[in-house]
Amino acid sequence: MIDLGFFVEIIPTLLSGLPLTLQLAGLSIAIGFALALLLALAQQGNHRVLVWPIRSFVAVFRGTPLLVQIFLIYYGLGQFRPTLQAVGLWWLFREPYWCAIIALSLNTAAYGSEILRGAIQGVSRGLVEAASALGMTRLQTLRLVVLPLALRQAIPSYSNEIILMVKGTSLASIVTLMEVTGIAQGLISQTYRAVEVFVAAGAIYLTINFTIISALSALEAWLTPYRARA
Amino acid sequence: MTDALHILSLGKGGWGGALLLAAGVTFALSVLGFLFGALFGAVAAGGRLSPRALPSWAAKGYGTVFRGVPDLLTIYLLYYGGSIALTEIGKVFGSAGFVGLPTFATGVLAIGIISGAYQAEVYRGAYLAVDPGQFEACKALGLSRFQSLRLVIIPQLMRHALPGLGNVWQLVLKDSALISVIGLVELMRQSQIGAGSMREPFVFYLAAAALYFLIAAVTGSVFRYGEARAWRGMAHA
Repeated sequence: MIDLGFFVEIIPTLLSGLPLTLQLAGLSIAIGFALALLLALAQQGNHRVLVWPIRSFVAVFRGTPLLVQIFLIYYGLGQFRPTLQAVGLWWLFREPYWCAIIALSLNTAAYGSEILRGAIQGVSRGLVEAASALGMTRLQTLRLVVLPLALRQAIPSYSNEIILMVKGTSLASIVTLMEVTGIAQGLISQTYRAVEVFVAAGAIYLTINFTIISALSALEAWLTPYRARA
Repeated sequence: MTDALHILSLGKGGWGGALLLAAGVTFALSVLGFLFGALFGAVAAGGRLSPRALPSWAAKGYGTVFRGVPDLLTIYLLYYGGSIALTEIGKVFGSAGFVGLPTFATGVLAIGIISGAYQAEVYRGAYLAVDPGQFEACKALGLSRFQSLRLVIIPQLMRHALPGLGNVWQLVLKDSALISVIGLVELMRQSQIGAGSMREPFVFYLAAAALYFLIAAVTGSVFRYGEARAWRGMAHA
């Protein structure tokens, strides 16, 4: 029943969307991580003026669907074209590509900042006190003690978030971007062979995710050489 | 601003009523999907915990596929795959056109399958968190397997499962927006319709975001209340 020739036909077509999927995922994960780190660090001081807006941002982006966020940024902000043109940002909000990246980045920044905030708070107080006893400045403590430990601690949770982002890039197809899922949908409506297309496109995503999970757990193992190998 | 209020009003010419109704559809879709997911998840967790190779493998495969593949692809598979099969059956009975699956039922099934993959992990973890002494005590009391599950293990397991289930529920609620792609008029789709016909996408998507946020916040506090109740009388950090 499963026709191998059909797979040979559709796999190259689906793979032609892979660069876009990887770009969307790579860029938004990188931008999102940088933002997440900033947001997590900004909350360490417990300044109310900083913490309150950040908490609200996080709550809003975690409490609403990614699809709504993409639509709000792409279609919603498109309504303010004259204003955006006046401030010179229209080129950004005109392109579904950038809108998808903005939405994905802000979304993962919200989830990521919570992961990193928890990890930073999880660094033992004694280590921070030891650093200050050694005469390290706050920046040195952060760079040499807190961040390396916190980031390592965050790897398992953050790799889950990265997988969710890879899956999230599929929503870009709804705003006309032809990445792997967009192409898959096109193939299904042309060929009426939903199962085969699902298997082929699904295999592409599973391969990406498997690669990411393996790479990150190798990184974690490399960073924790003292841990007994299971 | 008064324009926005007028558009979203509950009165004549306002879209407020339609949006609230659609939010109701979103809620119903999510609850039913979550319940189906509980069923799939429980079966899959049972499979994962089974000492036999076949159920364990099948359950592992189910989890890997539906947690690793974009939800949108799963939704397309069920809707188009199901509709194509239905169209073929329709041909046998002399119907010529494309027969689409009912979108609400497809949505419930899709959310059930996807969230089941996540719920399986939650139940499995919770099962393993139950003190092994409880199983031994059940045996000592002469309870059957079914009795010990129903009377002793599941009530305790739910205590450990609730926080994880709360997370999956939030995921389900947000995932339900994706069912709009197959044409079900839930909150997301209704906002698209409103945004298109009033040419006010910003107002409609903002309203949709606010309603999703509200549902998430209210149901989140229900889960927290449930958790507090489940742990009452227990020393719990």
